[in-house]
Formats: sequence, structure tokens, C-alpha cells
Amino acid sequence: MQSMDETPATSVSHPILEIDDLVLDMGEKRVLDHLTLEFWPGHVHAVIGPNGAGKTTLAATIMGLAGYTQFSGDIRFGGESLRGLGVDQRAARGITLAWQEPARYEGLTIRSFIGAGARDRSEAALADVLARVGLDPAQYLDRAVDRTLSGGERKRVELASILAIEPRLVLMDEPDSGIDVEALNRIFDAIKHLKARGATVLLITHSLAVLRQADHAFLICSGKLMKKGLVGKIEEFFGDACLPCSHQNEPEPGKRDRDLRSVAEDGQ
Amino acid sequence: MGKDELITALYESLGESCVTAPDVAHVEIHGNEVLGIHLVPGLEIEAQERRDGIEVEIRVLAGARIEQPVRICFGLIPESGVQRIGMQTRLEAGARIAILASCTFPNAIDILHAMNAEIEVGPGAEYLYLERHVHGREGGVRLVPKTKATLAEDARLRTDFELLRGKAGDIDIDYEATCRARSVLEMAARISGRGRDRIRIHEHAHLAGEHARGVLTTSIAVREQAEAEIKNTLIASAAHARGHVDCKEIVQDQAVAHAIPIVEVRHPKAHVTHEAAIGSVDSKQLETLMSRGLDEDQATDLIIEGLLSPAYRGR
Repeated sequence: MQSMDETPATSVSHPILEIDDLVLDMGEKRVLDHLTLEFWPGHVHAVIGPNGAGKTTLAATIMGLAGYTQFSGDIRFGGESLRGLGVDQRAARGITLAWQEPARYEGLTIRSFIGAGARDRSEAALADVLARVGLDPAQYLDRAVDRTLSGGERKRVELASILAIEPRLVLMDEPDSGIDVEALNRIFDAIKHLKARGATVLLITHSLAVLRQADHAFLICSGKLMKKGLVGKIEEFFGDACLPCSHQNEPEPGKRDRDLRSVAEDGQ
Repeated sequence: MGKDELITALYESLGESCVTAPDVAHVEIHGNEVLGIHLVPGLEIEAQERRDGIEVEIRVLAGARIEQPVRICFGLIPESGVQRIGMQTRLEAGARIAILASCTFPNAIDILHAMNAEIEVGPGAEYLYLERHVHGREGGVRLVPKTKATLAEDARLRTDFELLRGKAGDIDIDYEATCRARSVLEMAARISGRGRDRIRIHEHAHLAGEHARGVLTTSIAVREQAEAEIKNTLIASAAHARGHVDCKEIVQDQAVAHAIPIVEVRHPKAHVTHEAAIGSVDSKQLETLMSRGLDEDQATDLIIEGLLSPAYRGR
């Protein structure tokens, strides 16, 4: 058992998610390097680190996205290994992911998008989750999840869809990316709501504002765990040691191109 | 089966109930038999039964504005048969009408449904024609819809062909339109094909009058071994004519799609654009929905449903 300053206070004796000596290579590059992490039920955790540290890769590997399934070590959720399980099978166990750049769906209404997988598909329930992220259901339910929505609106719609499925573990990749202050506050409120409902939240971020929403944090760099502990301690270390650091992580192969493409598409 | 039972069966196959509202005009045709007809002021419909089909003449009187959409239900309940429809539609000057036509072949194994339509939209008239097909799971339908439309000055015509429920079967669509000055044409087709479905769409529009505008939009999703071919032609030969051709095809599995947009400009002040895109379902879209608990087929269906929805016109 770890010391109290490293592990969030909990009455539950077992972590909900265990990353055990995880190694993932992309081509010649080692992106996740013997990572061992534990996440506890009902807590908000942050994984913080500079660009290219492997944070998004970690989220993608936990979710089982295409291209992130070949690794050594293990990922266990509720004590069960996720190895070999597809994205939908992991979702069926209660894991979901909020993308840094949410997908667009031409022609698909927000009603249909949020309703997909929702525990309760009633009009009232769909309206409730939209209102919870600060979007007026009367104005938004019949709009399409397409390029007519701003980046911030898409992120909030995606979060509403996550609230609707009542997940056990939410992976949130850069929740503050490309959104304004009001939208960010709504997202922070939703994180508190998820926690109050007993969900575990894993925030992937390089932002101190997002880090402060967490109870506990892991600092990673070049795919390695550098430090873990309570948020104040990690924030201090990140501010003092990482932000001034001239060390540059190499972005994972292809990621920079994908990010640039997303930005270009958003600008259309 | 009696007439009332057949009418009920036709609407039930569409997931709807029979039309009873007195202010809604409606016609029900099963095979070569007119089962029911109800008209409203300003609208005239005459139907003549033929050996293997029916001839229908629709006339909307000058200035008549038919408030409620007219329902026309074509279909065949048996597994096999032939239904040939000849339909002449004439909107006189300033008339307006919307027709929601449903074509249902819920048990089809070997059915031919051929439609030969002629449409005249008079000066300043406005015609909206939505044709929705519902087929059975076997897809034993051969569809041959042919339409020739003429839009007079300031007229508007919008057609929307939808086949999303059941297997498409063998479809051969051939639409042609000529647009006079300041008229507006929108032709859209949205079809989902799978199995060994064969889908051919040839649309041809001529923007012949000044300031005429036209948009041809086709959205097709093909899966398994289905094949689709879209050939949309838009010609502009008058000053300030504006047009756009949009073909979007989603291909999954071993399906094959061809898109051939043809644009031709015969006047220096005319302008026509085109866009054609063929691709598979986006993996990020798919994985997002799968991370909400949908399996791959359910996620694919939902994405395609969006792409083929009336709300999406290839913006």
C-alpha cells in the first residue's frame, strides 16, 4: 500500500483501474515506458505532462482505440484485464473517452448522438444532460453535430453524451482545449457531477487550471512516470521543474499531423 | 383481401395509420387498382387502371395553394408482380402543392415498379415531391423511376427520393429537368444499399433561363457487395444561371461506388460547381460511438443515418 500523500484517501481498498508496467512502442519510438499507475473509484485523477509526454496515448490505450492495442504489461479495470477487449466491450464495462477534438457527424442530430448508448433516452433525460453542460435543449437537440457547432459546443455536446451513459470511468483528453472560460466552467461542473455520481475521472492535461480539478495526479514525461501525489505537490513540481524545462518531447508519430488536420478542419 | 384491408396493409407496412383528416388529399394504389381517393379544392386527380399499372393525371389549378401535403401511397403487398405507373403532374400558374408519395413493397421477392412521370411546373408555381420507398428484407424489387420535368419562369421544384428501409434491390433512376428563367430546381436522392443491391442514378438538369438555379444532391451508402453508380449532369446555358452538383457515397465492406459529376457551362456569365466524395465511415466517428457502448454495426448505421438524413445536403 502506498503512502497517503501518494494515494487519494479512500474507503475502498482496491483501485478501479490499474496500469501495470505498461509499455507501448510506435515504430522505433517508445511512447509509454513501463508505466505503473492506480486510479481509485469516485476520484478525479489527472495525468499531467508536457506535449508529447504520452498522455493521449495512455488514454487511447486504456480505451483500446485502433493502433493502440499492441502493448506489454497489463491494464485492469475492476480487476479484469482489458487486453483483447474492443472499444465497445470496454464501454460496456463502463469506460468512455472524451476526445481532445470531438468528432463531427454530418446530418446526425444532437438528440440521436446523445441518445446513442444513453441509459435513459427520454426527452427529459436528454434535455437534462444538455442543460447540465449549459446548452439550451430547445435550441440544440435538433441541431446536427456538424461544423455549424463551435469547438466549445462540440466538446459540451460530447460531455453531455457521456453524462447520459452514466459511465464508471471517464477519460477526458485535454478538456480545456479550444474552449472559452464559460464553457470550461461548465465542463468543470460536469466533472464534479460525475464525481458526485461515483464515477472516476481521469483528466489528461498540461494545464494547471485543469489539474486543480483533480484530487490526485501523475506527472509523466517521455512516457515515464516522474512523480505522483496530491495535486498541490504535483502542481508545485510541474511549475518549478517542468514548465521552465527546455527538454522537448517528440510528439508521437502521426499525432502532430492529425492535430494540424483537426485545426484545419475546424477552420473551414 | 378487400380494399379497406389493402389500404390498411399498405399504411401499416409504412409504420403509419390510414389518412382520415378531411383537409388532407390522399390516393391509395395497389398494383393496378385505385383503392381510395380523396381530393381537396384546387386539386384534380384522375386515375385510369391499366393491365399492369395505372395512369394518373394530377392537376393543381391556377393560384391554388394546397395547404396540407397530399399523400399518395403506391405499393404491392404480394411477393411478386408488376406495377407500372404513368403520372402526369401539371401545376398551373401560381399553384403550390407538396406531395408525399410512399412506395411500399414489404414482401417483395420479384417485383417490378416502373414509374414514368412528366411534370410541368407553371409560372410562379411551387412543387415539392418527396418519394419514400419501403422495401422488404429480401430486396426483390426492380425500380425504374423516370421523370421529365419542365420548370416555367419563377417556378420551383424540389424532389427528394429516399430509400433507407429494407434492401434497395435493383434501382435505375433517370431524372431530367429543364429550367426556365429564375426558376429553382433541387433534386435529391438518398439511398442505402447492401447485399447485392445495384443502384444507378442518372440525373440531368439544364439551366436554360437567366438566373435559373439548380442543385443535384445524391447521398448513397453501400455495404457488403452492393454497387452504386451516380452520374449527375448539370448544364447552364444562360446568363447568371447558378448550379451545383454534389455526390457523396459511403462505401463499406466489399461494396463499390462510382460518382461522375458532369458540369457544362455554355454562357460566360453562368457558374456551375461540383463536388464528389467517396469514402468509408470515419474511424474517429466510429470509435466515439463505440466508446458510448454501440457495437460497430450499430455505430456504422447511426453515422450513415446522419449522412443520409434530409437535414444533411452535403454542406
